[in-house]
Amino acid sequence: MTRRKVLLAVNDREHEVWVTPSDSLLDVLHDELGMADVRYGCGEGVCGTCTVLLDGEPVNGCLLLAVQAEGRQVTTLRGLMGAGEAMHPLQECFLRRGAAQCGFCTPGMVLTAFDLVRRCGRPTREEIRYALVGNLCRCTGYTKILDAVEEYAALAGPGGAPGAVAR
Amino acid sequence: MVSAAFDYVAVDSYDEAVQRLVEHGEDAKVIAGGQSLVPMLNLRLARPAVLIDINGADRREPAVENGMLRVPALTRHRTLLEHPLVRRHCPLLAGAVRHVGNVRVRNRGTLGGSLAHADPTGEIGACSLAVNAQVVVRGPGGARTIPARELFVTYLTTALAAEEIITDVLIPVAGPRQGWSFLEMVRRTSDFAIVGVAARVELDQQADVIAVAEVALAGVADRVVLAAPGLLTGLAGRAPAAAGLASAAAGIAASVDPASDVHASGGYRRRLVQVLTARALRGAFDMARGVAA
Repeated sequence: MTRRKVLLAVNDREHEVWVTPSDSLLDVLHDELGMADVRYGCGEGVCGTCTVLLDGEPVNGCLLLAVQAEGRQVTTLRGLMGAGEAMHPLQECFLRRGAAQCGFCTPGMVLTAFDLVRRCGRPTREEIRYALVGNLCRCTGYTKILDAVEEYAALAGPGGAPGAVAR
Repeated sequence: MVSAAFDYVAVDSYDEAVQRLVEHGEDAKVIAGGQSLVPMLNLRLARPAVLIDINGADRREPAVENGMLRVPALTRHRTLLEHPLVRRHCPLLAGAVRHVGNVRVRNRGTLGGSLAHADPTGEIGACSLAVNAQVVVRGPGGARTIPARELFVTYLTTALAAEEIITDVLIPVAGPRQGWSFLEMVRRTSDFAIVGVAARVELDQQADVIAVAEVALAGVADRVVLAAPGLLTGLAGRAPAAAGLASAAAGIAASVDPASDVHASGGYRRRLVQVLTARALRGAFDMARGVAA
C-alpha cells in the first residue's frame, strides 16, 4: 500500500515520518523514531506496555494507527520528564518504593497512574487498582506499584499532580 | 502480530462514509475506536482491503429529545461512564461500561462500535436490549431505525446491511421509579464476561410493586439475548419475595443453553445466570424503591 507522509507531534516535538496505513502508532514510535519507552507487549490492547497519552488521555499505541495520530499531541513517558531528563515526581515514587523490577511495564504504569491522579486527585487504593487493571506486570510487583502511586497522589495533593502534561 | 496491509481513508461525514462503503463493498471495514477491530486485524482474523475511518464524521454530544436519550454512535465508553445525561437517563449503561475493557480501551472504544461488533459477551449489547434501545443507521437509501432487540443475529453479525453505519442510539429515558443492576462474572476485571446480566425494573406508580422487569444476558449464546418476557410476567404486580425472584431467575437459567468453552462449562454458565439474575433483579428492585442495595 502507498506510503504517506505524516507529521506526528510527540513530546512537544514534530516528527515527519513515512508510514503505511497499517503501521500502528507503536510501530512508528518504537521502530521508526527509536522511542524505547513505548513497548510491544501483546498487540491486542490488553497489557498496557505500549501506553501513550493522546491529547492527554491514555490509549493503546498498538491499536491506534499512526495515520490516526496526525494532528494530535502524543506523549510518551519521556514527555513527562523535566529538562535534562529530570525524573517526574511519579517516577521518583516508583524508584523510592521499589516499584520497578525489570521495568518493561513501567512506562505504561506511570502514564496510566499519572492520568488517574490528574483526574481524581486522591484516588483510593481500590481506584488505583481499577485504573491499573489493564497494565500487566509479569514480575508481579503490584503491591509496590500501588504504594508508589498512592505516595505520589498524596504528594501531588488534591487539584492534580505536578508536572502537568501538554494537552 | 502484524496486520495484513490495507488502505485507509478518513471521512468527514457519514454520507461520505456510506459512499465509500458502496464503492469498496465487502472489501471495506469501518473503523471507529478500533479496540475490537484492530486486534482482529493484528491477529489476521479480519483482512479488509480498506479501512474507512469515521472518527471525524460526527462531533455531537449525548442529548435528550422527546423523552429519548440520543447518544451519538461515536461516543466513547469513557464519556458513557462520565456524561451527566447518560448517568441520569441511562444509568444502567453508565454502570455497565465500568466492566468494559481497561482505561485505554474506554478512551477509544465507541458505543456504535461495540454494537456493530456484536460480541456475544458484550456488556453494551446486553444493556441495549434491557433498555429497549433503538439503533439509528445510515445507508445509501438514507436513515432507518433498527430496534436493538432485532440487531444481533449471531457471532459478530448484526442486521446491518454491508453499506450501513450506526450513527445514533436512542434510549427511552429512565423514569423516577426505575432501578437497574448490571452484574457479571469474570476471572479478572476487564476480561470478557463469562456471564453478564443486565436487569431493569420499573415500579408501579403508586405501590412498591413491579410493573415491568427486563433481563438481558451476555455470554450465554451466539449473541446477547433478552430473557423471554413471559419468564418475568410472574413478578408483575408483586413486591418480590426472595422466592419469586429465585423462581424467575431459575426459569431464565432453564431457558438458555450456553456452550462450554475453555473459560467455563455450559452448566457453570447456566448456574451463573440463575445466581446473578436473582441478585440483579433484587438490586434493581431495591434501587427503584430507593433502598440502598
